[in-house]
Amino acid sequence: MRKKTYQLPLCCCRCNVGIPIADCIQIRLVIYNPKCIYYKYFWAVCLAIVLPEKGRMGNVVRRRTRGALRCSSFEVCGNMAGLELLSDQGYRLDGRKATELRKVQARMGVFAQADGSAYLEQGNTKALAVVYGPHEMRGSRSRTRHDRAVINCQYSMATFSTAERKRRPHGDRKSTEMSLHLKQTFEAAVMTQLYPRSQIDIYVKILQSDGGNYSVCVNAATLAVIDAGIPMRDYVCACTVGFVDETPLADLCYAEESGGVSSLALALLPRGGQIALLQMDARLHQDHLEALIEAAMTACKGVSKVLDEVVRQHLEEVSVLSGE
Amino acid sequence: MLKSKTFVKKTRSGGVMKIVREHYLRDDIWCGSEVCAECKQESAVLQRDACIESNLCTYPHYLIPDTNVVLHQIDVLEDPVIRNVIILQTVLQEVRHRSAPVYKRLKDIIHEKEKHFYTFTNEHHRDTFIEREPGESANDRNDRAIRVATKWYSQHLKTSESDAEGLKVVLLTNDQGNTQKAEESSLLVYKCMWSMFSIRGSTDPFKKLCVSTNEITSSKVLFPEHLPLSRIQAGIKSGSFLQGSFRASRDNYLEATVFVQGEGEDSTEVLIQGLQNLNRAVHQDVVAVQLLPRNQWVAPSAVVLQDEGTAKDDDAEEEEEEKALRISAAEAASKPTGKIVGIIKRSWRPYCGMLNASQIKESTRHLFTPADRRIPRIRIETRQSSTLAGQRIMVAIDGWPKHSRYPNGHFVRSLGSAGEKDTEQEVLLLEHDVPHQDFSQAVLSFLPKMPWAITPEDMVKREDLRHLTVCSVDPPGCTDIDDALHCRELDNGNLEVGVHIADVSHFIRPGNAMDKEAANRGTTVYLCGKRIDMVPELLSSNLCSLRSNVERMAFSCIWEMNDKAEILKTRFTKSVINSKASLTYAEAQMRIDDTTMNDDITQSLRGLNKLAKILKRQRIEKGALTLSSLEVRFHIDSETHDPIDLQTKELMETNSMVEEFMLLANISVAQKIYDEFPDCAMLRKHPAPPPSNYDILLKAAKSKNVEIHTDSAKALADSLDGAKVDGFPYFNTLLRILATRCMMQAVYFCSGMDSDFHHYGLASPIYTHFTSPIRRYADIIVHRLLAVAIAADSTYPDLMDKHKQSALANNLNYRHKMSQYAQRASVAFHTQLFFKSRGILNEAGYVLFVRKNAIIVLIPKFGLEGTVFFDTKDKAAPNLVFDEEIPGVSVPAPDVEPQAKKPKLDR
Repeated sequence: MRKKTYQLPLCCCRCNVGIPIADCIQIRLVIYNPKCIYYKYFWAVCLAIVLPEKGRMGNVVRRRTRGALRCSSFEVCGNMAGLELLSDQGYRLDGRKATELRKVQARMGVFAQADGSAYLEQGNTKALAVVYGPHEMRGSRSRTRHDRAVINCQYSMATFSTAERKRRPHGDRKSTEMSLHLKQTFEAAVMTQLYPRSQIDIYVKILQSDGGNYSVCVNAATLAVIDAGIPMRDYVCACTVGFVDETPLADLCYAEESGGVSSLALALLPRGGQIALLQMDARLHQDHLEALIEAAMTACKGVSKVLDEVVRQHLEEVSVLSGE
Repeated sequence: MLKSKTFVKKTRSGGVMKIVREHYLRDDIWCGSEVCAECKQESAVLQRDACIESNLCTYPHYLIPDTNVVLHQIDVLEDPVIRNVIILQTVLQEVRHRSAPVYKRLKDIIHEKEKHFYTFTNEHHRDTFIEREPGESANDRNDRAIRVATKWYSQHLKTSESDAEGLKVVLLTNDQGNTQKAEESSLLVYKCMWSMFSIRGSTDPFKKLCVSTNEITSSKVLFPEHLPLSRIQAGIKSGSFLQGSFRASRDNYLEATVFVQGEGEDSTEVLIQGLQNLNRAVHQDVVAVQLLPRNQWVAPSAVVLQDEGTAKDDDAEEEEEEKALRISAAEAASKPTGKIVGIIKRSWRPYCGMLNASQIKESTRHLFTPADRRIPRIRIETRQSSTLAGQRIMVAIDGWPKHSRYPNGHFVRSLGSAGEKDTEQEVLLLEHDVPHQDFSQAVLSFLPKMPWAITPEDMVKREDLRHLTVCSVDPPGCTDIDDALHCRELDNGNLEVGVHIADVSHFIRPGNAMDKEAANRGTTVYLCGKRIDMVPELLSSNLCSLRSNVERMAFSCIWEMNDKAEILKTRFTKSVINSKASLTYAEAQMRIDDTTMNDDITQSLRGLNKLAKILKRQRIEKGALTLSSLEVRFHIDSETHDPIDLQTKELMETNSMVEEFMLLANISVAQKIYDEFPDCAMLRKHPAPPPSNYDILLKAAKSKNVEIHTDSAKALADSLDGAKVDGFPYFNTLLRILATRCMMQAVYFCSGMDSDFHHYGLASPIYTHFTSPIRRYADIIVHRLLAVAIAADSTYPDLMDKHKQSALANNLNYRHKMSQYAQRASVAFHTQLFFKSRGILNEAGYVLFVRKNAIIVLIPKFGLEGTVFFDTKDKAAPNLVFDEEIPGVSVPAPDVEPQAKKPKLDR
């Protein structure tokens, strides 16, 4: 595994022990000594970049958001809503078992004007994805890359998407972050080197939100990109997993997400088993991380099967229509 | 397999919000029955031959209780007879909402394999899920869901029935409407009470049924209403109410005090008198009191009153009794008196005691008399009075409505028949809150592996004292020997004296399960013929016990002394010793007295004895008190464990020899750990009693024209020595017994939290407990502190935290007090056993206290104290004149001599 490191004072932020560069673990500009006891409970927002080789998780890269790095507040983990998320019989709130996904339904080619579009439902979370391009660079030309295409993502939520109706302005912190995550994910999956000096736009809108927004967006966008005929290395499938009572729960719904579960989102290129993005925003004991990632990958592979079916069915329909 | 079903859920606080949740219905939820061939379950929970022997259901059946049945009859469900029960998810969820403790118990039952409880996830089953209909309440919907699930089960079992055994499901409910509707849809329904009532297998479970439907009601309001908490809080803030802990009087059920904790030292006691003013408070509740106007203040009465009234004819009698209280109190020095306006916190627990079966044979309401006299009698409902009478039972209080004379409660469990030793022992352990379960596996896992031996690594860290002639002196039959002594002459003519204490802290490491358990137990409890250990037996009687001729680890305190018993040098060290002999007090005494014996051990004992005498003299000169309390030893029959004889404890010189050196070690260690850790040393203090405590002593002495000075410990000790009456040799002992009762309790405390360290009884400026780590947890802490002080061990955070130390000290004080009470209660019980076989005896006794209608008598031969009433039910009171000043009773007719008869033994 290759490690990228940054030139930073190499002392553990908690135990103040100096660490050789090769050993240090860095989470959001903060360096941890792997032997430090505090590190065991690591909490991080980390973005992993995909590795060309066969690998698991890449190096933890610092987050590039606008403005200063904020120190996010801790949320005390634990079941706050007082719901029993996993019963003794192994059923979750909505009757699923721990590894079962919600029902996934999808359609491709829902809009005629766009180059590619898709609508995807995962349980009660519903998303619409639209792809334009590849086309010439618009706006500032300085962003042009001479060796590959630039991917531009925009994420937004409909005002009516949650239980409470709320105006959601563009460019708020949450959606900027989400856009960035999407961009990173698709830069890892789309074969951008085929379209130098051009731009691909991916717009995703959440119509109804019931947990797992990121993963639904990724799944919908994948279908839209395929619909647009842009070559990709593989489907990008994403899924969230949570950790309750020593058991990983696949594909969390809103009630579970808000129930104080430490959740992890993972985007996978299923065929090669490469991770396009890994996001974790809660406290979790390090020993459980491996199991959690394993569960997330299994769930992603499940999603990919469904997506594959959808694509094949769509192709059949299209070919029937075009009379082939 | 998956069916998606979305439905709309309710609103949340404030604005109306629509919450949409998915609800998946499944077809892979199995029924959990062995009979079923259809369901592809891996292991069936419910048995094929599910037969609870019962009059109503002669066929095999499964029970499905509804929520209310689970909530109210959880005691029944816990009974081992009840098996093969289907708990529906609907029920489980409702129970979870309604009562957390019941939910916890229900889950425990479900996890128990032998109980064969199966949880059926009916809410997610394709055939049993129902939606709430418009206009239907949530409760009705749940009831319907339960009925639907029951119906599904009965049909499911019918279709899959392979060997037509006629397996049926029975719905248990107490609800009228539910029963009716279920019967309409031709389900088998029984009201829980009735179906249980006909269970033949055991007599036990249905006794536990507490009836919730028909409340005990009477129209008459007996008590004033309790104020709501908000008003109480406002009142306490404004000063019109006082908050305190309620302490019922042992002697008089119509009287109690409320102990109001003030700032620092000035805590006050408020007297409460009369049923109305007591207003349903139970011993140890936290209550709010309102002081009465000064002209209504009264003095504590001198009457002994026991609540004898039966449920029916109590009113008239009571008024009389209350009147009696008033009159006696009118003229005397009155105390602050108040009435209770509200209860801030109840501290009810299950109480042990006996059932007073009602006179009417068919009656289901009975009174229960707790073993603790300070707890009021409790009214319970049971149909089993005939079997419960004569048993020790446990009863929990449910509530005390304002129109009821007694609190209402329910039967929890039976402890066994009264008078049996095991039952009584259980009762007194429960009543005194002594943790007495066996040690858990987690605790035992921290025991060292056998065979155990001292390793070379241990030897490196410890001083090798195996060559010394160490011996231990203990009472006969003692297996947990925690101290040993030695004494030898040094080359320079001085004496080296060593006290070696078992090194328990080597085995019990801070923070592990064994340590936590020991900290909770706090002390070993010695009952007659039984010992409740603080640490597992392997440690207490073997590895830590300093037995003779084995190598044991010890913590040694070694002094160099001159022959005037002045300490020249003190040294503490962890060591390895090899005791040469374990003697009893009598054996040691014999060796000292026998001039023909001159071996090392005897020499050493003589040296110790000589020094101890000097030490004792010095101590008494400084003003240490020698007090007296009667302690009785039983000779217990080794076969039947019945007491066959009893004797009061005899004190020998060797007793005091060991004691002196233990005191010396404790004081030396206390000084050392306090010097090292002024903030967090665990010490023991004995506060000087307030002068008012001596009243009873002074009055008693005055009756024989003896003057007692109580200005200082020294003065008290001297005047007690001088207090002698010709022709009454026991008088001095009696005074010492009384003096003991005047004393305050000695307590553990953390040095950082207190400034007064003085030990009044021992006249020492500083004191701690170091010498019995096997049986006291405080000593373990002191060992750890001392080990850190001499750099023999490492410290840990809790040891240095004075707040944690202080909390620990409080627990230890509580456990210590309770263990003493339990010991006394055990002695008292054995005394009764002893008398049971003996019939009526005539024995000389002494009057300790005089009350208006009774005297309290002590019989020194048996160490027995009892109340003798002048008037009993069948005999009118003799004409007595009560004088409160002395206090005393003059008896006009000399033929009534209460001392002569066996006192009524009240516990």
